[in-house]
Amino acid sequence: MAIVFKKPHALTDAPFHYCPGCTHGIIHRLVAEAIDELGCEGNAIGVAPVGCAVMAYDYFACDMVEAAHGRAPAIATGLKRTFPENVIFTYQGDGDLASIGMAETVHAAARNENITVIFVNNAIYGMTGGQMAPTSLPGQITQTSPYGRDVNTVGYPIKVSEMLSTLDGPEFIQRVAVNNVKNVLAAKKAIKKAFQNQIEGKGFSLVEVVSSCPTNWGLTPQKALEWVEEKMIPYYPLGVYKDRSAKKEEK
Amino acid sequence: MSEKVLMKGNEAIAEAAIRAGCRHYFGYPITPQTEIAAYMAKRMPKIGGCFLQAESEISAINMVYGVAGTGYRVMTSSSSPGISLKGEGISYLAGADLPALIVNVQRGGPGLGGIQPSQADYFQATKGGGHGDFHLIVMAPASVQEMADMTAKCFDLSDKYRVPAMILADGTMGQMMEPVVLPEPVDYCKEKDWAVTGTKGKRKHNIINSLYLKPEELEKINFERFERYKVIEENECLYEEFMMEDAEICVVAFGIASRVSKNAIVAAREQGIKVGMIRPITLWPFPKKPFRAAADKVKAFISVELSMGQMIEDVLLATECRKPVTLCNRSGGMIPSPEQVLEAIKNAAGGNK
Repeated sequence: MAIVFKKPHALTDAPFHYCPGCTHGIIHRLVAEAIDELGCEGNAIGVAPVGCAVMAYDYFACDMVEAAHGRAPAIATGLKRTFPENVIFTYQGDGDLASIGMAETVHAAARNENITVIFVNNAIYGMTGGQMAPTSLPGQITQTSPYGRDVNTVGYPIKVSEMLSTLDGPEFIQRVAVNNVKNVLAAKKAIKKAFQNQIEGKGFSLVEVVSSCPTNWGLTPQKALEWVEEKMIPYYPLGVYKDRSAKKEEK
Repeated sequence: MSEKVLMKGNEAIAEAAIRAGCRHYFGYPITPQTEIAAYMAKRMPKIGGCFLQAESEISAINMVYGVAGTGYRVMTSSSSPGISLKGEGISYLAGADLPALIVNVQRGGPGLGGIQPSQADYFQATKGGGHGDFHLIVMAPASVQEMADMTAKCFDLSDKYRVPAMILADGTMGQMMEPVVLPEPVDYCKEKDWAVTGTKGKRKHNIINSLYLKPEELEKINFERFERYKVIEENECLYEEFMMEDAEICVVAFGIASRVSKNAIVAAREQGIKVGMIRPITLWPFPKKPFRAAADKVKAFISVELSMGQMIEDVLLATECRKPVTLCNRSGGMIPSPEQVLEAIKNAAGGNK
């Protein structure tokens, strides 16, 4: 019988620890599929974050480095400066990338460091039990914003893709979501492009993936996906925010 | 053999690192060590190496972590407040058993402190300097020649034991110029079976990591690391003895304090006081053996330090408090004068009542 669907080679057999309904599993799969299709597993070195994806080093079959919280782009810089021919990627959450690691993120982008960044935005700190994230929505109830995120006292969410796209440095910035089949397919395309760009030497490519956290949002998996559609995407519009090469081609 | 050249201590470290095969330097500007970065910025692009000014000390040490994971030689340098920021990354390097060189050209503290020479980061350097159970290999140069030699030595030891190494210098050592014979360029083995290089489809993936969620596992790893530390303590202690043969007073000093103390010891000898010095060269591992021997022979120890008294605790431990140990110190960027040390020697000898 012909195999029509199987686990990507770039994922190990280790069972994911993610909660039921969490979309990290989908995003892992998309990254692994991109690595498989580009044939770069043997050359790839991934950098895992601190956060829900902390154990990503067990799930990806390529060489992996576990970073300190927020420092993945700096570590990726060290790796890329040693092995320019290798494919270096980071996989980070919103607390990791947009709060504690903001300096590392912005400066790696500004340097146009030739790396691939997968940024998973689920608007909450999942691993530590649901605290307010830099991307939590105005009014969003979390463990540390129990009366809802009050923008007058704690400020506004950070729109990472919009912000980074104002820099001259980065090559490619796109925001995608994985809440329905159509969006998953678009996310796959963006992630693959972010890897392809690196292989072609184009530079810093970041894909922001709007993700869900049913456990800490206090919603069923199905309701969580609806919340992505109704609340997250209107605040974090999907689309390509920067694509320098495409712009050049237009000209 | 190379000829003698006149160099600043900071530059000697930079050139010696390049000669030791280091092709990656990451740093963030801070006085009084910026010459290292400036030297690297000039040299690295000419020899196919990488100089990168990071956005912070935190980023610099994590760039170091990235390179160290590949098994290639890598270094960073900073001064006291910057080393505090690197503390996080240093703990991760130690936890992941990664070799790397960190240079601390110390200045006065705490806080922003000052920019004059200090030895007040002794505790930070020798007792861990970050969270968790770990040590660095720590060497303290007392000349520009040693700045160069220790750079080579630190890279070798760090590679050999997979323990990050630190050169604990002070502003004087960094800034002073002396003739130096630079070490010959060497190559080193870059192939390490633990490194991340890409699997090339030929092996299971390697993981550079310091996370162990099972306490039994983390405990086992820590015990194993401390077994390695024991081997380092047995084999790698370095110290210099100066006029100790018949000494009744033992001065203990490292770095610039040892240079000042030598002058004071010579002056005291001229006055008939039998005094000598033990200069720890490795601060971790602390060379306990000569202190145990000296504790049987001398009447008293004097710890001469550019701090409020930090190494003195290791002297007390090494001598098992068998003889009195007094402190002769300046702090905040001030350096003890030979006269101050001489007075301390006279006091210890019972001369000044």
